[in-house]
Amino acid sequence: MLAVLAVIWAYFHWATPGNTFLTARNLSNLMTQMSVTAIIAVGMLMVIVSGNIDLSAGSVLGFAGGVAAYMITVNGFGTPVAILTAIVIGVLVGLLHGTLVAYGNIPAFIVTLGGLLAWRGALKWLLGGNTIPVANEDFVAIGNANLPPALGWGLAIVAVLILFLMAFRRARSVETYGLGKAHYSGELLKAVAPAIGIIAFILVMNAWHGVPVPVLILLGVALAGAFVTNSTVFGRYLYAIGGNPDAARLSGIDNKRQILKVYAVLGAVIGIAALIFTARVGSAAPDAGVLKELDAIAACVIGGASLMGGRGTIFGACLGALIMTSLDNGMSLLNVRDFMQDIIKGGILVAAVGLDMAGRGQG
Amino acid sequence: MRDIVKEFPGVRALDGVSFTLERGEFHALVGENGAGKSTLMKVLSGVYPSGSFTGDILVDDQQQKFRSVRESEDAGIAIIFQELSLVKEMTVGENIFLGREPANFGIVDWPRLYHEATRLLADLGLDLDPRTVVGSLGIGRQQLVEIAKALSKNAKILVLDEPSAALTESEVEILFTILDQLKSRGVGMIYISHKLDEVFRMADRITVLRDGRTVAGYAAADTGKNAVIAAMVGREVGDIFPHSTHDRGDVAIRVKDLTVFSVDVPGKKLVDQVSFEVRRGEVLGIAGLMGAGRTELLTAIFGAWEGKHSGAVEIDGRPASIDTPADAIGYGIGFVTEDRKRFGLILEQTILDNMTLAALREISGAVVTNRTRETQAVKTPMQSLRVKAGSPMTIAGTLSGGNQQKVVLGKWLLTKPKVLFLDEPTRGVDVGAKQEIYAEINKLAAEGLALVLVSSELPEVLGLSDRIIVLHEGSLTGEFSRDEATAESVMAAATGNN
Repeated sequence: MLAVLAVIWAYFHWATPGNTFLTARNLSNLMTQMSVTAIIAVGMLMVIVSGNIDLSAGSVLGFAGGVAAYMITVNGFGTPVAILTAIVIGVLVGLLHGTLVAYGNIPAFIVTLGGLLAWRGALKWLLGGNTIPVANEDFVAIGNANLPPALGWGLAIVAVLILFLMAFRRARSVETYGLGKAHYSGELLKAVAPAIGIIAFILVMNAWHGVPVPVLILLGVALAGAFVTNSTVFGRYLYAIGGNPDAARLSGIDNKRQILKVYAVLGAVIGIAALIFTARVGSAAPDAGVLKELDAIAACVIGGASLMGGRGTIFGACLGALIMTSLDNGMSLLNVRDFMQDIIKGGILVAAVGLDMAGRGQG
Repeated sequence: MRDIVKEFPGVRALDGVSFTLERGEFHALVGENGAGKSTLMKVLSGVYPSGSFTGDILVDDQQQKFRSVRESEDAGIAIIFQELSLVKEMTVGENIFLGREPANFGIVDWPRLYHEATRLLADLGLDLDPRTVVGSLGIGRQQLVEIAKALSKNAKILVLDEPSAALTESEVEILFTILDQLKSRGVGMIYISHKLDEVFRMADRITVLRDGRTVAGYAAADTGKNAVIAAMVGREVGDIFPHSTHDRGDVAIRVKDLTVFSVDVPGKKLVDQVSFEVRRGEVLGIAGLMGAGRTELLTAIFGAWEGKHSGAVEIDGRPASIDTPADAIGYGIGFVTEDRKRFGLILEQTILDNMTLAALREISGAVVTNRTRETQAVKTPMQSLRVKAGSPMTIAGTLSGGNQQKVVLGKWLLTKPKVLFLDEPTRGVDVGAKQEIYAEINKLAAEGLALVLVSSELPEVLGLSDRIIVLHEGSLTGEFSRDEATAESVMAAATGNN
């Protein structure tokens, strides 16, 4: 899929008038645009890995963002309260959906299809059909501010140091557990490419105002998601439940509890995405976040996740979101009419998964 | 059928079997689990297409080469499998004509369909409205619908695989009345059953299969149950079982009056008031034929049965309350389940992922996992069980059956169990790996584990167990010490003839 991304980027760069696609300004834009979809995709991936689905993410995003905007503009609360509210609403909705799926034995597709309608309705009720503007500067900053370049560099240095420290510890642990000799140079070499990636990323972002806050939040959520899926018991249980629910249950895993938890995690993540979305637009509208769930699901699937459960990575889901957003961004630069954009995106989604399946079949 | 040979990878399931059925004859086919009865019937009915086996099938002296079930049906052969093949949401009439609906230009002729279905049911003496939804009928009546469906295809040969397993006594009577009728109409019947009472009541002839060969054929009137049982088991229990008796310790697990109810059929008891105990260092074998309730018994003790059950379990002399598999694991029970692909393994994951799954928190960390620690933990069981794989990161689904089974066994050993259930631990496993699993069972007993072994291979149960209990249709019908147990005595108890 990295190759597909490279081809898409190369094509857009070549095709856009004045070769504007691969400029610092546009890349910064692109990253900011993908942040909402990618953040939802992180939570969605975990739900998909467990063999479930969430069709209501866009509606819940709209609702949580709507309540946050209402708290600020109508009730006069500050930004911290709004942040807390959006995340708590996301978690509560997630717990409700998770309870119905896990303990109510209602298929996830049905529960969240109901949620898709109901939470959109709740948002319209709350807003009374109007759009609520948000003027609070702190809040708007969540979606629009940039990190000062110096702070960006500071984070980059910390990240690179952590990267090498982890590589070192990984190498050393081989010896600690008596599994052979530690290969320090090998492990450390493996960390070089990601380190170069981090530095290149900061260079590009700092060339245009610095790292956007939504992108910073995305990075935080994605890293946390990668940690949860790779390195926690909870993450491993999700793959086990999605891979073979019977085997997981007979191995002593409480499948229902894990499913409840994963919906709560997705809810929290949707709450975070709702804040960015609302802040970026500067208002809460009745149609906020429409179809976002499908973008997130598409991102997971393009990134190699199986809707049958048991397979998928956070990195893949983020890459999928990047590919989807690149298509949006590039086609807009090329002034492709919006109906054409939809047709092309739809075709590419199906083709990408088709290629993936064909490749898997041979392997 | 002449000289039928059917091979699966590593196993010769049928080894030159010949079988003849006369017109209007009721011919019983008996044998141990895995003797090749079902395989033979699948060859006959085209489930295994012509070319996937050698030998000839002749119907009315005509050589047949069935490439599909459809072609064998056209030749007048109908088979009723153990698992019903009815669509529960459809009506009786729809099911009878499924795939052959009377139609004009693709439009179903409903009046004709229901008219013909009514006639068929009346023919069988069944008082049943063809518009009834099949799912609303009891299993017994569903079975009869299945027979009506087979007859609607003008079957000359009817194969019934354990048809009475799910029936009540009165339903069995109805079934037999219908079968008698069919016999008088000249329909030939092949009847597979573990219940020798039924076999002797109905059959004209009895053929015994063992290890894929025809070992005996009798006219039912000229023989008795004991001769048939002897033919079923008449295999030498060689010294392939490296058995050694170990010092018995205290009682590790005691099960009292365990009753397990069916999930599908309300009120039906799959296990009826079974009690037993196993001491440390002891291997308890549970013998029984298919459907005797062995797996259900273990599943219920392990807290994984989805239906109702009652009874009490004691671990180390103290009452244990086990509602979930997690509870059972907490009490030190491990369960190597049958059908490793469905219940044991996550095939797309690695050996490491699979082996650590049941004890992940203990091995790796309560919240955050540690791959290196896990790699170290699986090293010991991978070596002692001799799992043949490149590394712990090999995908479980790519392993051979024997190695997959060792991974499942390793998973449970990593939970450090005190009591280990083994349900068909060597099914689909090659001979070499079987030996290694036998050796491991002995080693675990020597280390003081209490083991419960369920196996459909009688020699395996006889060879490995210190004590054997026998289940027949959910009830305990026999208990034997290692010295008392013979193939004949155990088989007699398993068929309810002791």
